[in-house]
Amino acid sequence: MSELRDLYQEVILDHNRKPRNFKKLERANRTATGYNPLCGDQVRVYLDIENGVICDIGFEGSGCAISRAAASMMTTSLKGKTLDEAEQLFERFHHMLTASGTGSDAAELGKLAVFSGVSEFPSRVKCASLPWHTLHAALAGKDEPVSTE
Amino acid sequence: MITARDASTRPAPPAQWDVERVRRDFPALHQQVHGKPLIYLDNAATSQKPQVVIDALMAYYARENSNVHRGVHLLSEKATQAYEAGRARVQRFLNAADTREIVFVRGATEGINLVAASYGRTWVGAGDEIIISTIEHHSNIVPWQILCEEKGAVLCVIPVNDNGELLLDEYARLLGPRTKLVAVGHISNALGTINPIAQMIGMAHRQGVPVLIDGSQAVPHLRVDVRALDCDFYVFSGHKILGPTGIGVLYGKAEWLERMPPYQSGGDMIASVSFEKTTYNALPYKFEAGTPHIAGVIGLGVALDYLSGLGLDRVVAYERELLAYGTAALDAVPGVRIIGTAKEKASVLSFIVDGVHAHDVGTILDQAGVAVRAGHHCAMPVMQRFGVPATVRASLAFYNTHEELDVLVAGLHDVREIFR
Repeated sequence: MSELRDLYQEVILDHNRKPRNFKKLERANRTATGYNPLCGDQVRVYLDIENGVICDIGFEGSGCAISRAAASMMTTSLKGKTLDEAEQLFERFHHMLTASGTGSDAAELGKLAVFSGVSEFPSRVKCASLPWHTLHAALAGKDEPVSTE
Repeated sequence: MITARDASTRPAPPAQWDVERVRRDFPALHQQVHGKPLIYLDNAATSQKPQVVIDALMAYYARENSNVHRGVHLLSEKATQAYEAGRARVQRFLNAADTREIVFVRGATEGINLVAASYGRTWVGAGDEIIISTIEHHSNIVPWQILCEEKGAVLCVIPVNDNGELLLDEYARLLGPRTKLVAVGHISNALGTINPIAQMIGMAHRQGVPVLIDGSQAVPHLRVDVRALDCDFYVFSGHKILGPTGIGVLYGKAEWLERMPPYQSGGDMIASVSFEKTTYNALPYKFEAGTPHIAGVIGLGVALDYLSGLGLDRVVAYERELLAYGTAALDAVPGVRIIGTAKEKASVLSFIVDGVHAHDVGTILDQAGVAVRAGHHCAMPVMQRFGVPATVRASLAFYNTHEELDVLVAGLHDVREIFR
């Protein structure tokens, strides 16, 4: 059970139960949809960007606890960030999930470091990264669906 | 650990089923995952292999490896003999009339694609209709969809009730003068429903419509007699019935196969080739272009022998009792709902846990050593019909035990504990 507790940390379970910014943004100027064909998870990310800053962000979709919590915590960590800062967070988060054992990212990721346990569950890495890849596509202005495959 | 119920309340398994002895034949069952004994409940995805099948593959490659239907040398003769013996074995297993009606393919998927391409190209035209059901595997949906798109034909879908049983009244209404083929599964991979295919084949034949049955989930769990069923085509994959991956069977009535054009072309499927004209080989070789999966056929034959040796009727009886035990055990877990509650079912326990996504359930069970499938089971229309994004699927085989199902249930209590 202890490995499971590393994965399903209380913060993650809380964001799964009560996802933050779980809403469609009517005034979004960037959106993208992400899809994991293996499990059917899907997420749509909405961004309201003014002068290079993320003023508001929301998401919708359905998925497992990991993908839902990842999307929720992504939105709380990005509000007010510049586009460059958002890109940097994406890179760091992605690195943490795919390269386990390097502690350097954790400090810079703040609360997002609770997802470090995911790297021990290779079949679940895509669950945590799906919302971030979707964000990445939205920032790049790509509105065709992102797939994890 | 909370177990499903006391051992004392457990119904006695059918006499003479020594599950521990049977388990010894399957090396893969005796290993640990995440430090726990493996409990393999993903048999609908693929079955484990008995040692005799593994040995047969090794023996073939070690001593008999050669190409079939070609050489005059001894090894080639031996390989040809073993390959054709595998065909005869499949013919007896399905009770087909003739070995010419047994075509080897890569799997059920290729069998269906063969019929869609060859039969479909020849007999399906604009405005014609093909009937499938809501609870088909994607492999029995997409080939027909592609065919319909190409030909301007219409795909008609038999609906199901809330138990996951096909609505035969609706099926009767769909059958009509434009129907060119009915393609349905024998047992649903996502729900475990056993479809009343004998009746459905009769209904189609009264209208002169041929029927293809996808038997992938059925052959390991039921006795199949293609002549008694009178189906026109029957497909299955070897790897779900204790055999190797990459080998499957298309049974087709000779009267259809003879009239159907080749699917793929190349070596072995020809009688003679010149640049002016090629004449095709006789059945079944007309449909077996290229060097076949010789080892796969040999392994499949041994797998069918092994299963027959266990006694298919005893396998069916044991699995039925195990499924009833598992159904009752899951029903007793608060927050667990079984999806697919047909009266006639085999092997499959598909379920959801209230408020917890199937993937999270799958990960937690995996940590307890329990291998299940979590997802849409390549049957997305089924998920849509039952209004769930995904289910957890435990699928049983004759080598599973009551104790293993108790561990599954204990794992579900862990799930509820974590997601309290």
